[in-house]
Amino acid sequence: MSSQPIPLHLPGEEPAEKIGVYVCHCGTNIAATVDVAEVRDWAGQRLEDSGVVVSRDYKFMCSSLGQELIEKDIKDLGLTRVVVAACSPHLHEGTFRGACKRAGLNPYLCELVSIREQVSWVHTDRHAATDKAKAVVSGGVERVVRNTPLEPLRVPIHPATLVVGGGIAGIQAALEIANAGFPVYLVEREPSIGGHMAQFDKTFPTLDCAACILTPRMVEAGGHPNITLLTWSEVVDVKGYVGNFVATIKKKARYVNTELCTGCGICQEKCPKKIVDEVYEAGLGYRKAVYTPFPQAVPKYPVIDVPNCTFFQKGTCRACEKLCPTNAIDFTQKDELLTVEVGNIILATGYDLFDARRIPQYGYGRLANVFTSLEFERLTNAAGPTNGDIVLRDGKTKPQSVAVIHCVGSRDRNYNNYCSAICCMQSVKFAHLVKERTGAQVYNFYIDMRTTAKAYDEFYQRVLEEGTLFVRGRVAEVTDAARLPGEAGKLIIQVEDTLAGKQRRIPVDMVILSAALEPRRDAKQTAHLFGLSCSADGWMIEKHVKLDPVATMTEGIFAAGCVTGPKDIPNTVAQGAAAAARVLGMIQRREIELEPIKASVNQEQCSGCRICNNLCPFNAILFHEDRMVSEINPALCQGCGTCVAACPAGAISGTGFSNEQILSQIDGLLMLNVARQSAAVAA
Amino acid sequence: MSDHFEPVIIGFTCNWCSYRAADLAGTARMKYPPNVRLIRLMCSGRLDPTFVIKALAGGADAVLITGCHPGECHYIEQNYKALRRHLLLRKTLAGLGIEPQRVKLVWASAAEGAKLTHEITQFVDEIRGLGPLHWPQSDANGHSQPAETEVTA
Repeated sequence: MSSQPIPLHLPGEEPAEKIGVYVCHCGTNIAATVDVAEVRDWAGQRLEDSGVVVSRDYKFMCSSLGQELIEKDIKDLGLTRVVVAACSPHLHEGTFRGACKRAGLNPYLCELVSIREQVSWVHTDRHAATDKAKAVVSGGVERVVRNTPLEPLRVPIHPATLVVGGGIAGIQAALEIANAGFPVYLVEREPSIGGHMAQFDKTFPTLDCAACILTPRMVEAGGHPNITLLTWSEVVDVKGYVGNFVATIKKKARYVNTELCTGCGICQEKCPKKIVDEVYEAGLGYRKAVYTPFPQAVPKYPVIDVPNCTFFQKGTCRACEKLCPTNAIDFTQKDELLTVEVGNIILATGYDLFDARRIPQYGYGRLANVFTSLEFERLTNAAGPTNGDIVLRDGKTKPQSVAVIHCVGSRDRNYNNYCSAICCMQSVKFAHLVKERTGAQVYNFYIDMRTTAKAYDEFYQRVLEEGTLFVRGRVAEVTDAARLPGEAGKLIIQVEDTLAGKQRRIPVDMVILSAALEPRRDAKQTAHLFGLSCSADGWMIEKHVKLDPVATMTEGIFAAGCVTGPKDIPNTVAQGAAAAARVLGMIQRREIELEPIKASVNQEQCSGCRICNNLCPFNAILFHEDRMVSEINPALCQGCGTCVAACPAGAISGTGFSNEQILSQIDGLLMLNVARQSAAVAA
Repeated sequence: MSDHFEPVIIGFTCNWCSYRAADLAGTARMKYPPNVRLIRLMCSGRLDPTFVIKALAGGADAVLITGCHPGECHYIEQNYKALRRHLLLRKTLAGLGIEPQRVKLVWASAAEGAKLTHEITQFVDEIRGLGPLHWPQSDANGHSQPAETEVTA
């Protein structure tokens, strides 16, 4: 430990710094629980010896008038330090630093202490909250005295972007950036881009065909000169920081030479091995061991599915190799690791469908004619396993009556509390499609109808007029145990009709479960890989849910689409474009200012013990054998401060979070400054 | 000990997880007792054990250390260093005659406002039960006494 805080001046002597304290009311957010005027007066009087020369309060410190107040004081009173007691630094640190900078004060001489998130919003006792607010202000004042002027680090922004996930969000983002003239790496783990949208038939509320609007975009992305398409690939490592990421991408072996392959499809035709397609066909259809997920796949090149390929498992067959007209099959291919440098990353990894087996009373997986929403999408798709015929599991019988159950796994405290956002509209669309193609009677079982976007409610009204019956109530059970006449051979929906106020049993032929959208099963690993956080539900956390919905807490990493929560296609596309706009803004700036939070070694003090050397996970500390001292490479240092804490000689200091700053803040929080002053007065 | 003893606790938070958990607790208007005063560090790995000793010497009755869950550190693995230091600190404190449970380590991700709230509430209760921190020399009888609890970690 280097030094303990020493009072900067003796009691009665003029303090070295002139500090302004600004206490925010935040309307009533702070003022309702904290006596702001008392904190203001207290700071002005009791912290005078620490250097406080002015203490003010204001309704909204972050407003332009509030900021001008601070700027004016800096200029008129010659303030050398500023403490703002308001909200979390994660919200407005930049705002107040900006105000200081405009007034000519180094922005790092400003401290924002939180008396909203950490005081007024979490405490109820006004007296105790006011006392704590004083302590927090006192901590900020003591700390700010030890702040040093810093200059932000400027780093260049690499113009290339990595987009992870080739669904509609990723495609949109990649196209926006590529069309603006900058290079994009679009990584998709499946053999083709397209994502969930490629599985759908019609899209609500306009009922345009998903393929008709999606495939042109896929083709454009696939052939764009600025887009490097990496399908059948996964990001396995990400290093670096905003502007300068280095990503390692595993290109899984396709066993197809894409230089030679023409995408003619003969290999798929001739491959003797048929496998149930659990991904694209949602388990309803088949594919071969060498396959493209669907005919319009981008890229057109197939992949060989090793666990199911007869050659890889038994060493025989090789039908595809023998029959390929261009000799493009290459069983010797190996996985490749590709390293790319990018300035920004957009994460658009989408969602997984809730596993409806988790609700056993709905019978999915047990009762043949219970389908999930994704299965139904494939059933209605003209390119799907039934060529668009809506039939029961036997593959031929048309249903006479169909039930669509909303909120399966959503808005349910046993599974997911959140609303999956798309299910109401999707279920209404299902009702329309069933009615149109089979004439069956359709029942929709809903809790609340949520039709909030453009033309959504009009579509709902239209489907109501078509004669679909809407029953309000959560379905208790889907059963095949007939009790009443007319129920034999049917699936019976047991439900409380909460509008009619009675229990009902409704026999139907087919049940569609509008299953929840859930975070990807590997969302946690993805979050870890990119240094992001997941919410308790498992969705990635955006920087600000309202004001910065496509940025993440990690600078240079953006998120678009369902990776941050359930979204419909219009919102997903908007987010893809928004994330791209943010990235383009970064690229256009060419360089970015980074927080200058770095550690450095005082070589005079370093004893060469090398304790710090092994602590750094970024290999930023190098040891000079000749001089027997350690040195920190500022380009590699991420500023965690672990080495600062570990140095037994106190030779390492960390800017922004120095020992002096933290120890002084502890003193302030414990009111030792005030105690010293009182002792001096008593003496 | 007075029935109305309200401890003063200094809490160290990580910029990336627990500080944001505290923000979340605020945004969600969760409630916890006002005894804990938080300091933001960039990482729990920044926590110099001296900070804890100084806080206790300066009048804090306890210290809360919070960081990212193991495996989720923003700086790859520095929270493990905090974990080691915490264990060493407890031994050192016991050697100094201070109840080691006055220093608590809690993992809280940015999503765990509720967990942080719960842990703070519980910790404040525990310290209320322990009573004010008297350094051994300022023991009521003027005797220096070793801590009663052995550290087995």
